[in-house]
Amino acid sequence: MTEPSITAQHDEEIIFIKPTKGWGSLNLRELWLYRELIYFLTWRDLKVRYKQTVLGAGWAILQPVLSMIVFSIFFGNLLNVPSEGVPYPIFAYAALLPWGVFAKALNDTGRSLVSNRAMLTKIYFPRMAIPLASVFSSLADFLIAFVVMLGLMLYYRIAPTSNIWTLPFFLLLAVITALGVGLWLSAMNVLYRDIGYMIPYITQLWFYLTPIVYSSREVPAQWQFFYALNPMVGVVEGFRWALLGTADAPDPMIAVSAIISVVIFISGMFYFRRMERTFADMV
Amino acid sequence: MDNIAIRVENLGKQYRIGLTPMRYRTMRESLVESMSLKSRSKRAAIKEEIGTIWALRDVSFEVYKGQVLGIIGRNGAGKSTLLKILSRITEPTEGYAEIHGKVGSLLEVGTGFHPELSGRENIFLNGAILGMRREEIERKFDAIVAFSEVEKFIDTPVKRFSSGMYLRLAFAVAAHLEPQILVVDEVLAVGDAEFQRKCLGKMNDVAKEGRTVIFVSHNMSAILRLTEETILLDQGRIVLRAPTPQAVDHYMASGFSQSGERTWDIDEIPTEAAPFRPIALRVSDHNQRRLDRVRSTDPICIEVEYALDAPIKGLRVGIYVQTTRGEFVLTSFDTDSTQQFERYSVRSEGHYISKCTLPPDFLNEGQYVLGINASSYRVKRYFQDENALVFTVDGAGAPGKQWPERRLGPVRPRLEWNIDVR
Repeated sequence: MTEPSITAQHDEEIIFIKPTKGWGSLNLRELWLYRELIYFLTWRDLKVRYKQTVLGAGWAILQPVLSMIVFSIFFGNLLNVPSEGVPYPIFAYAALLPWGVFAKALNDTGRSLVSNRAMLTKIYFPRMAIPLASVFSSLADFLIAFVVMLGLMLYYRIAPTSNIWTLPFFLLLAVITALGVGLWLSAMNVLYRDIGYMIPYITQLWFYLTPIVYSSREVPAQWQFFYALNPMVGVVEGFRWALLGTADAPDPMIAVSAIISVVIFISGMFYFRRMERTFADMV
Repeated sequence: MDNIAIRVENLGKQYRIGLTPMRYRTMRESLVESMSLKSRSKRAAIKEEIGTIWALRDVSFEVYKGQVLGIIGRNGAGKSTLLKILSRITEPTEGYAEIHGKVGSLLEVGTGFHPELSGRENIFLNGAILGMRREEIERKFDAIVAFSEVEKFIDTPVKRFSSGMYLRLAFAVAAHLEPQILVVDEVLAVGDAEFQRKCLGKMNDVAKEGRTVIFVSHNMSAILRLTEETILLDQGRIVLRAPTPQAVDHYMASGFSQSGERTWDIDEIPTEAAPFRPIALRVSDHNQRRLDRVRSTDPICIEVEYALDAPIKGLRVGIYVQTTRGEFVLTSFDTDSTQQFERYSVRSEGHYISKCTLPPDFLNEGQYVLGINASSYRVKRYFQDENALVFTVDGAGAPGKQWPERRLGPVRPRLEWNIDVR
């Protein structure tokens, strides 16, 4: 959009406003200047999310725990889905942790612009602050849900592997993928509200393409390459590997999927910046 | 050069309109266009004519540092678009603007307020959204709370606030913004009279502090009080830039030369007005002659002609009389009397004329602005146009005319005076 620049003589900010054409720069510097706004938006999302609920932040625990129980009954007990040698509940939960961040971030960022319509049409700020805040607030739920993971590990007497330090990397990969896809979807959602209806289906489909209720070893060998292109496969595998010591150490495919998510992320940012100028008029 | 705060050069903003009803035509035409192999620029020109509108065009002006500039114009004149461009919410289609200094824009109070959050939390959130830093908000927190007068409820979710409290809090945050340049839209148009007075006072302080302010309002008395110079916009273009009293007079008197009648075309009526459809507003003398100049000593007949496309419950159709300086003289509705009120509790569909008469010896000489309002109390305001028609009252023969001086005040009644000699 517009680039503020500093004039040397007066130390006074001069803002030039003119039509921009084509692809703009990302202007991350400005985003950095608005970091407090991102902080407050995240804080608002967190404050508001469980307001007027009895359980409050307990929902952040209850959601993955309930999913874990349901999956354990149907896939673990009834269908006897192999769980790589660890009890099925913890096998599922280790995957539900990063999946929860991913799904929530994807959902919230995808809708974030339309739900913050009033702000977009009344105030100037770097628009990317809104989806970023959505992602950060989904991380808070992760931290709460992680406590349950520790409890489960204690209960099943599974010690974390020495690879646990790699967890933040896998988490980052999940977040970058969600944010990248979320940036694309949120910007498109401004123009076509169809996107808002598609998001639940995209998430659901992605859920089945990710080894959450099953082990990735079940995927036939000839499909393994394409399967691993999904960055969330690497993320979930990585979580199980680092926490439970199951699954195999990440192979070079993780690099390929990491590159894919970075490409989605960066292209998402550019697309978002390009569409940004029409947001106020279209939303 | 150093004195300039804002320079705007040939600014224009084009919007696409009516995509849905136009689609068939544009699709067909785009097919025809592509087949006839016209040059690209020609095609672009055709495209431009169809389904687009210039909300703002060829607007150039400068604002000096410390100047308080007013912007006035009818709805749709481009005022809000201009403010949105200057506050970088939307981009111009052509031209450019340069702004020297930090801009704070106030197009609405309470942007980003969340109903579930407490007053305290909303102050921080809204402050951050308006561009204040955290320590700045902390520093001004007490002043903001004091200004808002909601100390007792500061930890209550704002969804439990009355609308007055909500507005006071929202304005309190906004009022403590300290940018070098402040861009303010119709934020004073809300709230009760007391609140408006307080806001206006605060705006006055801001103006006196030597900050640059661009102030958009429909409230002519606010514009007159706060600004010295004003730009009048009409249909996206600058009509006049002049000292405020002159610009206000020009605005209030312009475009109304329809000799005592104002009519509304279908495309002038906003869709929210349905099922109410204004047709005309007329001023005439007691001989039914339509006039834009009436005598102070004669009764003045005012009629509102309108149609209802569906029955409306509790509808009241009324008039406003304002001075050209924006002070209200009166408001009156056709169902003010209890009999009418009961008889028209539901007004069926049809074509109506609501008529009333202002008594003789009532208005002082001068120009007045007639407005109309059609609403159901606390349900919906169907239609409102406060500046629908201007008429002139001639003081010939009015009490006290033996002295040619101008009398203060909007009314000029013929009072019964007794002089007792003791």
